[in-house]
Amino acid sequence: MIGGLFIYNHKGEVLISRVYRDDIGRNAVDAFRVNVIHARQQVRSPVTNIARTSFFHVKRSNIWLAAVTKQNVNAAMVFEFLYKMCDVMTAYFGKISEENIKNNFVLIYELLDEILDFGYPQNSETGALKTFITQQGIKSQLQTKEEQSQITSQVTGQIGWRREGIKYRRNELFLDVLESVNLLMSPQGQVLSAHVSGRVVMKSYLSGMPECKFGMNDKIVIDKQGKGGTTDEAGKSELGGSSGKQSIAIDDCTFHQCVRLSKFDSERSISFIPPDGEYELMRYRTTKDIILPFRVIPLVREVGRTKLEVKVVIKSNFKPSLLAQKIEVRIPTPLNTSGVQVICMKGKAKYKASENAIVWKIKRMAGMKESQISAEIELLPTNDKKKWARPPISMNFEVPFAPSGLKVRYLKVFEPKLNYSDHDVIKWVRYIGRSGIYETRC
Amino acid sequence: MEWASQLCENRGLGSKMTDSKYFTTTKKGEIFELKAELNSDKKEKKKEAVKKVIASMTVGKDVSALFPDVVNCMQTDNLELKKLVYLYLMNYAKSQPDMAIMAVNTFVKDCEDPNPLIRALAVRTMGCIRVDKITEYLCEPLRKCLKDEDPYVRKTAAVCVAKLHDINAQLVEDQGFLDTLKDLISDSNPMVVANAVAALSEIAESHPNSNLLDLNPQTINKLLTALNECTEWGQIFILDCLANYTPRDDRESQSICERVTPRLSHANSAVVLSAVKVLMKFMEMLPKDLDYYGTLLKKLAPPLVTLLSAEPELQYVALRNINLIVQKRPEILKHEMKVFFVKYNDPIYVKLEKLDIMIRLASQANIAQVLAELKEYATEVDVDFVRKAVRAIGRCAIKVEQSAERCVSTLLDLIQTKVNYVVQEAIVVIKDIFRKYPNKYESVIATLCENLDSLDEPEARAAMIWIVGEYAERIDNADELLESFLEGFHDESTQVQLQLLTAIVKLFLKKPTETQELVQQVLSLATQDSDNPDLRDRGYIYWRLLSTDPVAAKEVVLAEKPLISEETDLIEPTLLDELICHIGTLASVYHKPPSAFVEGGRGVQHKRLPARAGSGESAESPDVGQAVSAVSDAPPAVIPSQGDLLGDLLNLDLAPPTSNVPPVPSSMQMGAMDLLGGGLDSLMGDESETSASHYRTEVQSPQPPECSERELGGDVGGSPAMGVSLGGAPVGMPAGLGAAPAVGGGLGDLFDLGGGVGVTAGSYIPPKTVWLPAMKAKGLEISGTFARRSGVIHMDLSFTNKAMSVMTDFAIQFNKNSFGLAPAGPLQVLTPLSPNQTVDVSLPLSTTGPVMKMEPLNNLQVAVKNNIDVFYFSCQYPISLLFVEDGKMDRQVFLATWKDIPSENEAQFQIKDCHLNSDAASNKLQGSNIFTVAKRTVDTQDMLYQSVKLTNGIWMLAELRIQTGNPNSTDLELSVKCRAPEVSQYVYQCYELILRN
Repeated sequence: MIGGLFIYNHKGEVLISRVYRDDIGRNAVDAFRVNVIHARQQVRSPVTNIARTSFFHVKRSNIWLAAVTKQNVNAAMVFEFLYKMCDVMTAYFGKISEENIKNNFVLIYELLDEILDFGYPQNSETGALKTFITQQGIKSQLQTKEEQSQITSQVTGQIGWRREGIKYRRNELFLDVLESVNLLMSPQGQVLSAHVSGRVVMKSYLSGMPECKFGMNDKIVIDKQGKGGTTDEAGKSELGGSSGKQSIAIDDCTFHQCVRLSKFDSERSISFIPPDGEYELMRYRTTKDIILPFRVIPLVREVGRTKLEVKVVIKSNFKPSLLAQKIEVRIPTPLNTSGVQVICMKGKAKYKASENAIVWKIKRMAGMKESQISAEIELLPTNDKKKWARPPISMNFEVPFAPSGLKVRYLKVFEPKLNYSDHDVIKWVRYIGRSGIYETRC
Repeated sequence: MEWASQLCENRGLGSKMTDSKYFTTTKKGEIFELKAELNSDKKEKKKEAVKKVIASMTVGKDVSALFPDVVNCMQTDNLELKKLVYLYLMNYAKSQPDMAIMAVNTFVKDCEDPNPLIRALAVRTMGCIRVDKITEYLCEPLRKCLKDEDPYVRKTAAVCVAKLHDINAQLVEDQGFLDTLKDLISDSNPMVVANAVAALSEIAESHPNSNLLDLNPQTINKLLTALNECTEWGQIFILDCLANYTPRDDRESQSICERVTPRLSHANSAVVLSAVKVLMKFMEMLPKDLDYYGTLLKKLAPPLVTLLSAEPELQYVALRNINLIVQKRPEILKHEMKVFFVKYNDPIYVKLEKLDIMIRLASQANIAQVLAELKEYATEVDVDFVRKAVRAIGRCAIKVEQSAERCVSTLLDLIQTKVNYVVQEAIVVIKDIFRKYPNKYESVIATLCENLDSLDEPEARAAMIWIVGEYAERIDNADELLESFLEGFHDESTQVQLQLLTAIVKLFLKKPTETQELVQQVLSLATQDSDNPDLRDRGYIYWRLLSTDPVAAKEVVLAEKPLISEETDLIEPTLLDELICHIGTLASVYHKPPSAFVEGGRGVQHKRLPARAGSGESAESPDVGQAVSAVSDAPPAVIPSQGDLLGDLLNLDLAPPTSNVPPVPSSMQMGAMDLLGGGLDSLMGDESETSASHYRTEVQSPQPPECSERELGGDVGGSPAMGVSLGGAPVGMPAGLGAAPAVGGGLGDLFDLGGGVGVTAGSYIPPKTVWLPAMKAKGLEISGTFARRSGVIHMDLSFTNKAMSVMTDFAIQFNKNSFGLAPAGPLQVLTPLSPNQTVDVSLPLSTTGPVMKMEPLNNLQVAVKNNIDVFYFSCQYPISLLFVEDGKMDRQVFLATWKDIPSENEAQFQIKDCHLNSDAASNKLQGSNIFTVAKRTVDTQDMLYQSVKLTNGIWMLAELRIQTGNPNSTDLELSVKCRAPEVSQYVYQCYELILRN
């Protein structure tokens, strides 16, 4: 198991050091600094073995978090734990920075004592932690016996992510379907790979211990119902989505720990008692029938050895009534660029020498439109034998629909003990499609 | 909830002005000031001071001098302060054990606190203080906490048992904590169960043979129930524990799999990977024709792909594991090539791993896409990545024949870029392509030759030289090219020197007229001016070959080359199986067994995959083998390896390493060396390859003028690699070789049967044990035992092929041993031995071989050869093997001899707990040729006088006393008298063995 946990600043100075196991000595702190943080080379692996001691590290801005062990630990678990620790810290004091860590070091030690015992990760749900790690030491006396046992049963219980007795005057929930669409396209317009990775993020403000059921246009579910001849009246377009494709094929999905996985496995129904506030209900991935919101058509011509002509056309490919936003096209330029002249029909384009790219920004663009940019790039003559690697043209955008075609069909809420019903809950659904790694080779 | 976040905000504001300042105090006299503050009356001031102490501790300052002052702050109602003091204690208690005892009272008191959070905190912290005196005080509170009414306390106490075990294992056992911990597996709270499982698993690791984690269907059921309810981390502990269980049959295995599969949809990647581990392991037991088996295979792919959308560090862990999974079960991901395409922004460690998997998944169906990608990668910036991409193109050519032409033209394009490392890498892989497809792409040689000057890496130089030598007849100026390398011969690396030597000899054999001078030059450079024994020896061999029989030389040097393998870096199957059992862990990231990087004995026992139902099938249907070999869609070819000593000699023309074939650690012990001096030559005697036998005769023929016999011998002695086959050259075939009747596995079995049925009390034959594990012998596993049947000594062997290629040409040889055991005939293995096949062989032995005293006396060192390599192992035989049938002594002679042998030679032994009466014992012993000469009964004691004769004529006399009156005393007493007293002990061992079985 994890033998120790260290946090360093960018210089390699230790900000937090907590040792859980006797086999990890103080010298381990220095070993990581010398061999990884101060190493001349770029990091070649997130796992480093130095003198039979293994170091796992992740970096958040310029802060290094390292877990260290001498045993054959579950490596995936160690990384998941490090990410989780970052989440917890962010939830407590915001951005992970040197200043914040120094300001909260007592809190961090308290958290580390709680979420890692002898190197075994313990309950690390922020909701539960915040009930008893408050940095207000005096609290311990104020708690009543009931409060105490409520805390411990939540920390260890089956539903560690929610406490009893939550009350809201207005029962409300927000569902965000956030998708990032990833594309790698050849210069000829052939799709080399494309996938959507999506997340369903929920903000719930519900009283009591509500039992929820979530439904979407999952092909497997729809096909099953189709065969049975019944239609799900309750769920049908209750929450909006009525247009577009009937159903989508989901390659794979993963769920927040509140979802009953065995039920999903057997019936493919998504049922759960949600945490209070914001959390990620599920993640999913699709690869079939993806709507690619933009098509990039590059044309790069080398004119002699000192000039490049670049022309890029972008075409929007969705309903004309919808508007895409925050469009940005990034066209890489060679390192020996001396000057660039750009002409674009729409938006603003600028050559950014420090980034070795022409950045073309368009605020808004409706569907089924196209726009174009052309640029002349002057090159300094070099005797560098190596050819320019021609990095791909990348694109950023945001569209108000889900490129995978996913639709929320229903989200039903049952709370048998309190007197509010599914109809009393106010529900909001929003779809946002963003570019992930959206690249076209040129 | 609101109040909590409110408080947090307040604190955030407040602390901004306070906490970070603790890091800045560096002035002198700091300790003194802190001391004063710690002893202050004001609570706030105290707290501030403790914070400063902790900050100093964090940055590595020694604040242990403040120990008593900090401990004084422990008695407080302020939980935050208490935690800080505890943190300090955990750090310094070990260095101040006497003062740490001051804290005990507070701990004990806190363990009784009404607040469960404080009880848990106390027991948690106490377990982290590694001071013996404190540990003693821990036992009682821990016992209470393990049975606490609050689950939070119980889950903390469960982990505390593991802590205590780490400090003092004996104490934990004595106090009965292990049983309490086992009980917690049935706890009603899932988190308590999970922590108990984690603690038990850890404790069990340090007692590999204990039955601590007594996994049976009931406990498994409890674990599976808890699995659905506990935290993500708890699920990982439970799944990792489940993976250690071996289901009783395929039905149990399937039902566990069914209950584990839902975990594949968990958001936590570690839960997913641990579930994959359980499934991959238990799948081994499912019959392949089962529908469920196919379903399971299909279910595994999507979650594995999803892991690739996790954060890069996790992607890396996932990819390292996928690399294993793809080798074990290529069918799972064969359609998922695209997800392994490299993204421009991937960190380099992700890129390199993806590339590895792309090559493994490449097939005829997707090769066009793969090639297009690889070409793209070859223009990237990172040197390692580009090199690997170029190499990958070469691998594709070798793996998918249809793509070879395109690969070659892609490589030529890349050579045109003139980027130095790209060119070098391309030449290395083109050499492999030439070997795989001879006489097909030689038209590109001219282009390659143009780049001769830019090659500065040994591997590329060696590859280029190989190409020039191999195609010397088509390159007009081959001699000039090779000569140009010769100028700096001594500065080249060994790899290049060896290659240059061989290439020039090839050139000479092809164009003898113009190159006489060149070959003379290189031979003298190699033999006279070099300190490298390998190079020298190879030089001498060529020299002799060329000077005595050029025709033979041609046959040897220009011989047909063995095929090169289609897969590179394949992990050896036994290791792969072990690593599959470690999916998700560091071992799977390093691709090394835990023993390679974990200190001490903890958790390093080898794990094995369970066998499929009906385990007898391994010999009939090489199921698993097929799954593995399906990686390449065709039976894999011979894997070339530098460690292949015999191959090296026979071909003399081994190309430089074709790939990153890991150097095979030599399993040879130096002690075993001299015995093989003569042995191996005779092993080579049954080589069917003509070139080999040619070579052998050549070596024995009169010496070339340049070097004397002695000189050669001396050189050879210095070089282990060559010494094996050259030392003591003039050896003929061993006496019986080839003459003895063939005894196949089947016949051996018949004998076995006969022994069991015909003779009532046959001699005892111990069960077969593994003598040579597959790990040490490139996939060949040998287990065996010894038996004496109808007066003939047999060595019963089982050969199991756990590698992926077919094994042939088996031969066996013994070292000199105490009783002159030697094979009475050649080893008759019905070859070829295909992957995963086992063959049983019974080898008759004679006792007329050379004698040398071994330690222990019954030790036997054996060398076994196959087409892959020579392997060495040693085993011990029961000395009863050597007891001959005519060992019954006359009574009078017995009496006289007994008196004659001095009493110093008498040895006494005890055989405990043997429930045999004298007749039964006598019968049993007679089966192994220990004869009862006389029997005498005195009071309640039977005395048997027995005689034994060994194959070398030594007599042994024994007196065996058996109690008859008292049923409770079941110990036998044995006195052995012999002229060679060192044998007595082994005779006693035989008595033990025979009487107990």
